[in-house]
Order: sequence, then structure tokens, then C-alpha cells
Amino acid sequence: MNPESYESTFFLALRRMRAPLITLIVIYAVSILGLTLIPGLDAEGNPSRMSFLHAFYFISYTATTIGFGEIPNAFSEAQRMWVTLCIYLSVIGWAYSIGALLALLQDQNFRNAVRLQRFGRAVRNMREPFYLVCGYGETGQLLCRALDQLGVRAIVIEVSESRVSQLDLHGHSADIPALAADASQPEILKLAGLTHRYCRGVIALTNDDSANLAIAIAVRLLASQLTTLCRVEALETAANMASFGTRHIINPFDKFGRYLALALHAPAAYHLLEWLTAVPGTKVEPHRDPPRGHWVLCGYGRFGKVLVSALEQENVPITIIDHDPPLESDHRHWVRGDGSGAPALLEAGIQQAVGIVASTNDDVNNLSIVVTARKLNARLFVVLRQNLQAHQALFDAFESDFTVVPSQIIARECLAILTTPLLAPFLWQIKQRGESWASTLLDQLTSRFGWETPTVWSVRIDAAQAPALMERLKLSRIPMLLGDLLRNPHDRAQELDCRALYLVREDDTTVMLPHRHTSLQAGDQLLLVGRREARGDLELTLNNENTLEYVLRGREIPGGWVWEQLARIHARRPDSR
Amino acid sequence: MNLEKVIFGFFIVLAATLNFGFFIGDIDNPIHHDVYELFAAIVVNLIATVLKFGDRTHIGAIHLSTSLVADLQLIAAALVWGYGAHITGAGITPEITTKVVSLSGGALFANVVSMVILIAETIMQKR
Repeated sequence: MNPESYESTFFLALRRMRAPLITLIVIYAVSILGLTLIPGLDAEGNPSRMSFLHAFYFISYTATTIGFGEIPNAFSEAQRMWVTLCIYLSVIGWAYSIGALLALLQDQNFRNAVRLQRFGRAVRNMREPFYLVCGYGETGQLLCRALDQLGVRAIVIEVSESRVSQLDLHGHSADIPALAADASQPEILKLAGLTHRYCRGVIALTNDDSANLAIAIAVRLLASQLTTLCRVEALETAANMASFGTRHIINPFDKFGRYLALALHAPAAYHLLEWLTAVPGTKVEPHRDPPRGHWVLCGYGRFGKVLVSALEQENVPITIIDHDPPLESDHRHWVRGDGSGAPALLEAGIQQAVGIVASTNDDVNNLSIVVTARKLNARLFVVLRQNLQAHQALFDAFESDFTVVPSQIIARECLAILTTPLLAPFLWQIKQRGESWASTLLDQLTSRFGWETPTVWSVRIDAAQAPALMERLKLSRIPMLLGDLLRNPHDRAQELDCRALYLVREDDTTVMLPHRHTSLQAGDQLLLVGRREARGDLELTLNNENTLEYVLRGREIPGGWVWEQLARIHARRPDSR
Repeated sequence: MNLEKVIFGFFIVLAATLNFGFFIGDIDNPIHHDVYELFAAIVVNLIATVLKFGDRTHIGAIHLSTSLVADLQLIAAALVWGYGAHITGAGITPEITTKVVSLSGGALFANVVSMVILIAETIMQKR
């Protein structure tokens, strides 16, 4: 159902209340009129008629069953007859109206309409930048949790109602408005803030490629300035999306294929990349590097195809085990059979192989393949595909070298793109610089910060993100050195627990690994890596003039006019230093 | 012929005519302004207001707002009448009558606007 028809539900509800309301009005009118017309007696026993005020007062408290008695004077018999009728009429009137109202509130359409309105209001009242997450499956949950930890707001659209209700149980620190609806409908996207001025991007993570495609094209046409991230599994859909200019198309299998290829020819670069892009709150474990030599791959599906081409690019010989016969044109070494049984594995030469990839779309099958294979050859390097998060315990118990969890790969990629746009060009540089360069950098970084996921963030030196520093850059002629800035604002003798990785100047010149004597200018963008506290400390330095003065010069500036004057007098006195 | 339109038009016109009936006469003469007519005008106006609920069109919205104005004015008139008749103790004096009638005059204007919209809407119909 689209928002249009939800809105009309409200009008329909109002229309349905017409009859009960008119009934009530008529009952009141007839009762009051009757009371004013029927002869009664005043306090002295003379005939008189009730006034409208008294009649309205009497009917109001009688109809609502409060019943104060016969006011202002005792009633005549004729009045009592009429009042008896009024009592029954008003009870019927109220019962009918309240019944109609309750039926309306129970109505599913009406409740949906109310929910939609509430969601729409929550979205409209957003006053900080947010991302629109379509699909709250495993990937969506991972991503929302990570965004929440990073202090970034999100809005969720998810088709399944039960997943939306799960969202409340996940205990995010910020409120995440969520709606159970089909995100591929443009009206729903608009309602969820696609055209909102604080919307920063749309992340399409549904497990349906065509829905993701629909979202991508809606964003392209309705809000083309937004960042769009799309999860895709079929190559044709990816090509389709690319054709209308979707910039971030994330294919988890393709991504992993590239990682594996990188890990094969440049292990250190791969580790560095993994460490920098890990999801916050997780620990990256250094694992052994994939060996070169003969590999066996079980299950030549979507994932298998991508991996085979990645491995072949690295000139690694592969044997494929699959139920289906090879294509006529395929000249790869092919074994027909079931990978979970020893015969097929032996035929594929598992005893001489260095690595195995279990890439079927069945988790239990994959586990059974690698357990058998390890039994035949204990030194195998194992790459294991995990399809469902529910099987996490099994995969944890089996210590594979690589476990491929598509949802984690997508979440990681999304986070890297969204939170630190400078990271992508830096990662590209890593791949260009070669293995020994990456290995040195990795050693430096991990010996300083450990293997826990670091905080990676970027800072732009402008009036919004670094007002104090901008002020100082305007006034002083002395170049501002990076090393002077990256000091602890509580004790400037200590360096901040972070390191600058990449610097982009306003004229698009870049500096890799800027050192402490690199000078900073207005408009520079810095990519930094370090501990979480360092980020807060640096923010303080960049925003607060007093802190900046202390960090750069070691002087405490007194706050407030009186203390400034006192400090000035103190400085003028000749005997004081 | 649409029965809904008949009822709708009936109540709008009846609200305006009753209102007019109460309003006409010397402004300060209580004999010219019957309180039962005021009561009838209020009831019919309330019913007309409820009949206008739930119309999504622009004209429907204007209809509803004029009706609400008329209700407000008439209820204010009834309150003034009640104040004069029961609270001051002086009864329906020419001053009170003047106030009640001028308030109902305001309501009459809103009802006339309502009628004009009704007529305009009817003329706009192609058939």
C-alpha cells in the first residue's frame, strides 16, 4: 500500500464517524428540546418550563450517566416520562458511537495509516545527517549497529514486519525510525526521507537484486546528488546499475575474490586493508597467508566462478569439484562428484593441494567438505563460505583460514565508503605501492595500535570542522606543522595516539603518510588512524582556541575577561617571569 | 440524482435559513428573536459540520472551515444568551439581545459563504 492510500484511510475514517456523530447530535437535540417544551413546576408549585441552559445541563449529566438528580426543581410526571425516554436514547447513542470508534481503532488499515504517519513525522523531524538503509537482514543489522556506534543516524525500511519489531530489541543508542514496507516503491522511499535535506545517502541491502535495482534508479532520478550503495549478486544487474551511474555497487563475492587475489600476491597489503576496514568493535586476527600452489574448489556456482577467475588471474592451478558436467568450452581440470566425500577429493588431488575452497550455497555441506579435506591433508589452507549467520557457532568451532561471510563483507565495504571517503584512494595507493612498503607500514601501525580495530576518520580543515585552527591559520604566518597539532591536549609532552595516513590539499595534490614536519593549510583533508580517544582529543584541539594554544605553545590561556586582565598585569610585572 | 448531495445541500441551506430567521428583526427587540430558532440553528449547523467531515478536496476543506466558523459564532451567541437569562438575573434585556443577534449575524455570514461555495460547486459540475 502506498502513502497516498494510507492518507485516504484517514479521510475514510472521518467519513465513517459521520453517522455516529450525527446520531449523538440528534439525540441530544431532541432530548433538550423536549425538556424545554414539557410543562413542569417551579419551586412554589407554579407551572413553568425548563430553560435551555438547565435542559442542556441536565441532559449532559444524564447522558454521561453521572446523574445528579432532578435539578433545579423536582420534575413533573410528564417530565419524568420524557426523561426516561431520553436516558434510553442517550445510552443507545453513546454505545453506538463508542462502538464505532473502537471498531475504527481496531481496523488494520487504520492502524497502518497511524503507523505510517508516525514514521513520516519521525523522519521529517530528523535534524541531523542520516542514511537510509533499505533491508534490515543480517547485513542491515550489522551496518546499523556499526553506524550507531559511530554516532551516525539511520532510517530503516524493511519488508518483513518481524524484523522491524526486532529492531527495538537491538538496543541502539540513538533512535532508528523503521517502517515495514516495500522499499522498491518510490513513494515509500520519499516518505522515508529520500528527498530530506539531511539525507546523506541510500544503502540498498535487500536480498533481492531487482528491488535494489529499483531503489538505485529511484535515487538516481529523485535525488541524484545522494551517495548510493547497492548490494548486488548477479553480474547483469551490476552492469545495469553501472549503466545509469550508480557509483558504489557492492558484490560481496566479487569483493572477496579480489581480496583473495590480493592476499595471494601481496599478503601485507591485504592485512593492512583488512585492518583499516574492519567493522568497529571486532578484533582482526592475523592469519597465515594463502600459499601458492595447487588449489581445489568445491561448488562452481556464483561465488565459485568469481573465485576461480580471481585465482586464475594469479596463475594458480585449480581443480573444480561439482555435480554438474563442465561446459564444452571449459578446459579446466574438472572432477564430477560430491566434494563432501573422500573419493572426489582424492581424485581432485587433495593430498598434493595447498588450499581448498568450499563454496557451495549450503553451510552444512561446506563444513562437511572442509572437515573431510583436513582429515586427508592437515596443512590445507581453508577458505569457507558461510551463508547464514545462524550457523556462526559451527564456523567458529572449525578454525578455517578465511571464512567468507557476505553480510560482513558488505557491511565493511559500506562503512568504509560512508564514513571515510578518503580511505578508498588511500587503499588504492596501498595496492600500487607494493608489498614491502605495505609490510613496513603494517608493522609500524600494528606495533603501535595493536590488532584491535582502529578508528579511521577524516578531518577537513575548514570553518565547520576546525574553527579554532582556521582562526589561527588566518592570523599567523608561521607554518602549522602536523606534528605540533597531533599532541595530547591534557599533556602536550605526549603525542596523540593516532597517525596521519593521507593528506589531500585543496588543489588535489596528495601526500602519502605525511610526517610531523608537513605543514597544514586551510582546505586540507586528512585521513587519520588511531584510537577512539585520540579522535575526541583532536576534535577538542581543532574546535577550542584555548586547547589549541596549549597544544601548540604550552601556554594556558585564562578563560574570561577578568582572568585575562589579571594575567596581563602579572605578565607586565618585572619580577615575574 | 445523488441522495448524498440532496442531504448535504438540504442541511447547508437549512442551517443558513434558520440562522437568517433568527437574525431578522430589530436588533435589540427580544420578541423578534426566538430562542428555539437559535437552538434549531445550532443543531442543524452541527449536523452540517459533521456531514462535511472526510472530504479530501480543496472545496471540501473550505466548506468545513466556514461551517466551523458558524458553529463557533452560534455557540458563542448561545453562551451569551445563557449568561443573560440566568446569570445576570436581569433576564433578556435589549443589550443582551443585541449581543446575541450580532453574533448570530456573523454566523449568518459564514453560512452565506457556505451557500455560495455550494452554488459555485454545483455550477462547476459539467452535467
